[in-house]
Formats: sequence, structure tokens, C-alpha cells
Amino acid sequence: MNIRLIFNLFLLMIGGFVITITSIFIGKQAYFWLPPQAAAESHLIDDLFSFLVTIGAFIFLGVTAVILYSVLFHRANNYDFSDGPHIEGNITLEVIWTAIPIMLVLWIASYSYEVYEQMGIQGPSHLLHLHNPIHIQAAFAEATETPAATEIEIETENEPIELEKINVIAKQWAWVFQYPETGISSTELHLPSDRRVHLALQSEDVLHGFYIPAFRLKQDIVPGKTIDFEFTPIRPGKYSLTDSQYSGTYFATMQADVVVETPEEYHTWLETAATQTPSPAKNQAATEYAQNHNEKIQTGWETVKPAAPPIVNFSG
Amino acid sequence: MTNISLNIGSESHHEPPTNWKTYFTFSTDHKVIGIQYLVTSFMFFLVGGIFAMILRGELITPESDLVDRTFYNGMFTMHGTVMLFLWTFPSLVGLANYLVPIMIGARDMAFPRLNAAAFWMVPVVGILLMSSFFVPGGPAQAGWWAYPPVSTQNPTGNLINGQVLWLLAVAISGVSSIMGAVNFVTTIVKMRAPGMGFFRMPLFVWAVFSAQIIQLFGLPALTAGAVMLLLDITVGTAFFDPTQGGNPVMFQHYFWFYSHPAVYVIILPIFGIFSEIFPVYARKPFFGYKVVAVSSMLIAMVSAIVWVHHMYVSGTPGWMRLLFMVTTMFVSVPTGIKVFAWVATIWGGKIRLTTPMLFALGALIMFVFAGITGIMLSSVPVDVHVNNTYFVVGHFHYVLYGTVTMGMYAAIYHWFPKMTGRMFNEGWGKVHFWLAFIGTNLNFLPMHPLGLQGMLRRVASYAPEYTFWNVLASLGSFLLGMSTLPFIFNILISWMQGEKAPANPWRAIGLEWLISSPPPVENFEEIPIIINGPYGYGQSEPLTANLENQAIKTAE
Ligand code: HEM
Ligand SMILES: [Cu+2]
Ligand SMILES: [Cu+2]
Repeated sequence: MNIRLIFNLFLLMIGGFVITITSIFIGKQAYFWLPPQAAAESHLIDDLFSFLVTIGAFIFLGVTAVILYSVLFHRANNYDFSDGPHIEGNITLEVIWTAIPIMLVLWIASYSYEVYEQMGIQGPSHLLHLHNPIHIQAAFAEATETPAATEIEIETENEPIELEKINVIAKQWAWVFQYPETGISSTELHLPSDRRVHLALQSEDVLHGFYIPAFRLKQDIVPGKTIDFEFTPIRPGKYSLTDSQYSGTYFATMQADVVVETPEEYHTWLETAATQTPSPAKNQAATEYAQNHNEKIQTGWETVKPAAPPIVNFSG
Repeated sequence: MTNISLNIGSESHHEPPTNWKTYFTFSTDHKVIGIQYLVTSFMFFLVGGIFAMILRGELITPESDLVDRTFYNGMFTMHGTVMLFLWTFPSLVGLANYLVPIMIGARDMAFPRLNAAAFWMVPVVGILLMSSFFVPGGPAQAGWWAYPPVSTQNPTGNLINGQVLWLLAVAISGVSSIMGAVNFVTTIVKMRAPGMGFFRMPLFVWAVFSAQIIQLFGLPALTAGAVMLLLDITVGTAFFDPTQGGNPVMFQHYFWFYSHPAVYVIILPIFGIFSEIFPVYARKPFFGYKVVAVSSMLIAMVSAIVWVHHMYVSGTPGWMRLLFMVTTMFVSVPTGIKVFAWVATIWGGKIRLTTPMLFALGALIMFVFAGITGIMLSSVPVDVHVNNTYFVVGHFHYVLYGTVTMGMYAAIYHWFPKMTGRMFNEGWGKVHFWLAFIGTNLNFLPMHPLGLQGMLRRVASYAPEYTFWNVLASLGSFLLGMSTLPFIFNILISWMQGEKAPANPWRAIGLEWLISSPPPVENFEEIPIIINGPYGYGQSEPLTANLENQAIKTAE
């Protein structure tokens, strides 16, 4: 009897240990399921996600292990028609089992809260004219403390952070980016790395969504409103911007390239773009609308006519 | 106890319907109506499944090359709409219609004619939706949530267009659901057999009760939103039109104030099914009956204050995102309690892996998975990344296929002998389970990595780097399509010539197992007097004082 109890406890410990190690391992893998970390905010979000994956894996493995154990070792044999033990409940166990999820939820909620505050992405600030009672701090100031971003902009530490301001205009189905300081426009979004950028998001027709997977950032654009959006790109390279809020027939084609480059390259780009005369950009929705289609099944149903291709100084 | 159900139709009393034509008539017998709902909704499940197959066929390659974009958009809109409004809701209502009166010891629902009228609206909804393929411009293309301004854009300029038909269909379906909800709530409150206190009701009844209360407070919001949208489209009001001072985000509030709780209208009865099935096939009493009964109510209540989690990245200010994050996460507490209770019920039991038990266990495991991704989605920063990507599509299909549809299958197999008086074929049932279980995971697991990498939902074409996981998902979907074949054959053949079923083939406890299979028209010749709780496995106490108690005499 005693030996059996010790054996069971031993088994439970081994099981718990294996599941813990496996969950931690799975949590570390979570980083590989995600695109490159191209914005300061992506580090914060990925760490949170990895934490949630670890906890989730632990719960999932724990529950399935118990179920599988029961199913494998507690099967009734063919001629056994008796009932199992009559256990209707166990108050201590039930209390523990209510307390654990409450604690977990509080933990996850406060960690998420903290991450969201650090991101400081702005977004729509009032609803029905209520003003924002929670002070949201910028991720940039925090980001300088994390090791991944230490090299960022030592020189700005003492000066007020100077934001790059860009207007983003979404329409069915194209993106246009305007750089108010130089007066140029582009269908490719150029951003300086290691600088906080401020976008003013606007839509000319329906809801669209501003989404760059490599930045882990997303914001719906509501027509008739200008929505502020802030973040800090940190990794030079070419990424894609997609429309994340279903916007009608050619929704899937509404993409643009995002180029993150050093501040010097960025300024050179601004200068060269300023020398170019505005011309119509190529636009997949407009092309498809005009063309014969190549799908096997065609309905010929009428669609909203795509907006005319935007006239810009620079098209990617 | 008043028995309001006087109208039982013209068949001789105490005989179940013997003629299949009964099922095509305006019957007021809750069991006939239940089966009408189940069969009709399963037909639409197949229709929605074919639409899904077309979607996955398109997505097997990155280019838009199978169907044109307008058709793709119509397909995902109709797939979502059909699956929700014509499969999950009606099939669960059908099951509840069949079981609830019997489980509480009543002879019928409180309002039998209302019940029949509510059912007959379902085919009307179906016909309206299907006819929208034949109007100029085709069916609605704005997704099952019909956000304006996309849903108010009307390129054909016709007054009768897909979106208008869609809104009418949704409104009728809402009216039908309200009628059903009034009927269920009244029946459960007023018509319980003597001795059946609330804490002697089976957990399925608790679940249906909680779910139907949600319908009562939620549906008016959806209906209001739908009517305003209909006015915007047809007569040019501007509730949601930003160019004339309207606010499209308001529509989202109306919509989600109902449609989030609606997911609990769907999932609560499935929880109820789990609670009925596990004790039978583990041969143990339900662990923590009271807590689980109350947790259903708690879920229904909390569900009313979480809707904004669908709109975190919409026009929602930061403080509101965080506020709704906390309320949303709290739903996982009563839900976690339930999962724990099911696992504890199974633990140490004498388990029999029959087809219903396999489906229930498979569904439970997939539900745990869905719950975990659900917590991730409720966390604002994570949702900012994965909102509207395939991660969400993967998550809700684990709920809607992995849990709800698999749970429905468990229920259909479990109560099939009761409903038809015939046994089904176990072997084919198991084949069905394994095809469905493997198919579901192959279909929906790959959607999670796709979403994490940034593939959006509702796209007809995508970047080539997403091809690998999409091919897997599409193969899974074809397997899932095939998995329905053994089910259909098994059900049809068993119904016609299966072995005759005894009153209680699973030796289960519960009022429905005390009466013959199929049950007589008025269920009980004598209204039972309840003297015990519903899950007395391992005890030899009887459940009622006046009916034959063969179900309980199992512990010898
Ligand atoms: C054979 C099984 C199924 C497959 C292959 C499948 C596939 C899909 C796909 C690919 C989408 C996304 C379409 C897009 O974003 O372009 C989708 C959406 C959806 N599915 Fe399914 N599905 C299946 C079963 C179900 C079931 C059983 C339900 C409900 C009970 C369901 C409910 C939905 C809903 C509500 C949507 C959202 C539609 C929208 O975004 O407007 N699906 N499904
Ligand atoms: Cu768009
Ligand atoms: Cu929700």
C-alpha cells in the first residue's frame, strides 16, 4: 500500500517534470513560428506570446495526459458491467481548481496590460467623446532599456523624441503614403530604422486595416476619422503591408512594400523622390478589373469599380 | 404542474410516428420537430461543407485561379452564414427540442404551435439564402458579419440584391430563435416534473437554459443592427454611413453585443452534451455537479460584457481594449472549472470507448486546444498581431468543428437508439470518428502557423511562402468532406434496418432512458415523480418514485 503510494507520487513527479520541460521547450519554439522581428514592439509581443505558449502547452499536455492515462488504463473489460467509484465531488480540490485559473488569468492579464502600455501604439483615442483616462507611454523610451535595442539612438536620449510623420491613405484597393515635410507621395512605405514614426491613418471609402506582420502591428482604419498610430522600426529590410480588414472584391490584392532603411538612406530616398514628377502607380485591382480573367469559374458579377491608380512621385 | 400541451396532432396517442411523411408536416410533437430540425440542419451542413471545399480548393494554390474573386467572397460569406445560422444553431435547437421536455419529465414544450412555427422559419431562411445566388450580382459578399460600408456598397444598383436577401434571412432566423428561446425558458421554468428542483435537472438542461437566456437579451441588439443596416441599404438612411455623419463602428457594437454571446449559445449545449455522455461511459457520478450547473449561468452572464474583444483593433480606444481584455479572460474561469469536472468524472472510471464517447473525448481535447488559443486572442497585444489572420480562423474552427460539430456527432450517436428505436453500426461509427478527428486536425492546425506568419482571412490569393501549410489544410478539408460519408450511410441504413434498440442500451441514468425507444407521443403515460439527482452511478438509488427503474438497478 505504502509502496504503491510512493510509486504513484514518483510517477506523478516524473510526469510533471517531463511536461514542464516540454512546455518550456515548446514556448522557446514559438519565436520560430513568427516572422522576423522588425519593430521594437515585436520583441515585446513575441515574449508575451512565447509565455502564453509555454503556459498553454503545460495545460494542454497536462489535460491530455490525464485523459489518455484514464482511457488507456481505466478501460472497463468486456464483461465488467459494474459502476466506477461513487465520487461526487471534493471541496478542497474544487476550491484549488477555481483558484488556479483565477491566479493565472490575473497574471496573464497584468503581463498583457504591461506589454500593451509599453507598446504605446496610440490608436483611436476616444469613443463617443470620452477621453482617454489611461496614460499610454511610448515603447521607444522603454525599448532603449532592453538589450535588443540598446544601440538605438543614443543621441536622442536627451532631446525630445522627434517623430517622423507620415500620412497613410487607404482606398479600394490601394495604399498611398504622403510625407508632409517634403510634400512627396509614394505607393511604397519608406521608414527610417530606429526612429519612432507617427502615422496618420485615413480611409477614403470603407474600413481597411493597416497590418505589417513583421512589425506585429495592426490597426483598422475607419473612414471619416484620422487614427494616430506609432511604432519604431528597428531592422532594415523589405517587408509587406497588407489590408487586414476585409474591404470588398479585390481585398486580397491590397498590398504594399515597406522599406526600412538607415536614416541616411531614408533621407536620400526622400530627396530623390522629390525630384520625380508624379505619375500613375501600377495597381493590381485596376489591372484585374480591366483585364480578362483567368479563373476556371467566372460569374461576371458586378463589382465596385477600383479607385483610379494613385498618382505618386514614387511607386515601388 | 399545468400541462399546456394539449395539441398532439391526430396520431393515436402513445404511439411514435410510424410514417416518415409525418416529418414533412406541421407537427407539434416536440420530438418530430426535433428531428425535423436535425435533418434539415444536417442538409445545410453538407451545403456549407461544399462551399468550404470550394474555398479550400481555391486556396490550394497561391493565385486566384479556380473561381473569380466575387464568387470567392460570396462563398466565404455563405459558408460562414450557412454553418452558423443553418447548421449549428438549428441542430442544437433540434437536439434540445427533442431532449429537454423528456429530461424534465414534461409531455411537450410549453407552446407546441410556436415551436413548430419557429422550425418552419428555418427552411425559409435557407431558401432565401440559396435564392440569392440567382439575383444579379450574386449572394452577399461582405462576410458573415456584414460590416458596413462594404455591406452597403451595391454595385448592381438593384434593390433586390444578395445583401438585402441575406439581411432578411438573418432577421427571420433571429425571430425564429427568439420564439424558440421563449419556449425553452418557459418550458424549463414551468414544466418540470414534480420533485425536479433546479438542482436535480440534468446538466444538459442547465446548459440549454443558460444558452436560451442569452438569446433573450442578445438577439434584440443584432436585430436592431440588422434593421438599421437594411434601412441604410434600401431607403438611404445613414446610421452607419461615415460620409453622412454615420458611424460604421456602431454597427460592430450592435453586431458583437449579440454575436459574441452567440458563441456561448452554441457551445453551452455542447458542454451539456459532454456532461451527459462522460458519466455514462465512465460509469461514475458527475464530479462537481452543482458548481458546473452554476458555471453555465455564470458563463451566460459574463458573456454579456466581453463583446469588444472582437474589436480591439477597430475604432476602440486603448483603455477599452484593456478593460474588455480582463472581462474576456475571466470567462476562462467557469470554463476551466467545467474542463476540470469532466476530467475528474472520467478519472478512475470504467471507461467504454463507444462511438459517442470517442467523439466526446476527441471534442474535449480539441476544445482544450481552442480554449488555449482563445486566451492568446483575448490578450490585446497578441490579438493586435493575429486578429483577422488564419490564426483566428484556426481557433474558431477548433471551436466550431472540433468541439461543436464533433460534440453534435457524439450526441447524435448517443441518442440515436432513443430517437429511432434502432442501433447504429459501431464499426462505421469508429471509422467516422477517426476520419473526422484526423481530418479536423489536418485541416485546422496548419491555419495557426499561417496566421502567425501573417496570412489574412478572407483572401482568395496569397503570397507563395504560405503554400505549404495551405496545401496541408486543403488536403485535410477533403478528408473531412469524405468523413461525412460513413456517417450518412450508417445513419440511413441503421434507421431503416438496424437492430431494434432496447429502452436503455447504454444502461444510462436519466428520464429519457426509462421510456421506450422511440418514446411514445406524450413521452410519459404517467408524469414521473423525481426523488433523486440525475447521475447516481455507483449508487443503487432510484431516480423516480413511480416509473420502472431499470436504469438504476445497475450496481448489483
Ligand atoms: C469541412 C470543414 C470546413 C472547412 C474546410 C472550412 C473552411 C473555412 C475557410 C477556409 C474559411 C475562411 C474563408 C476565408 O477567410 O476566405 C472558413 C470560414 C468560416 N467557417 Fe469554416 N470550414 C469548415 C467547417 C466549418 C464549420 C463546421 C463551421 C461552423 C459550425 C464553420 C464556420 C465558419 C465561419 C463562421 C467562418 C467565417 C466566415 C467569414 O469569415 O465570413 N466552418 N471556413
Ligand atoms: Cu482595404
Ligand atoms: Cu467573442
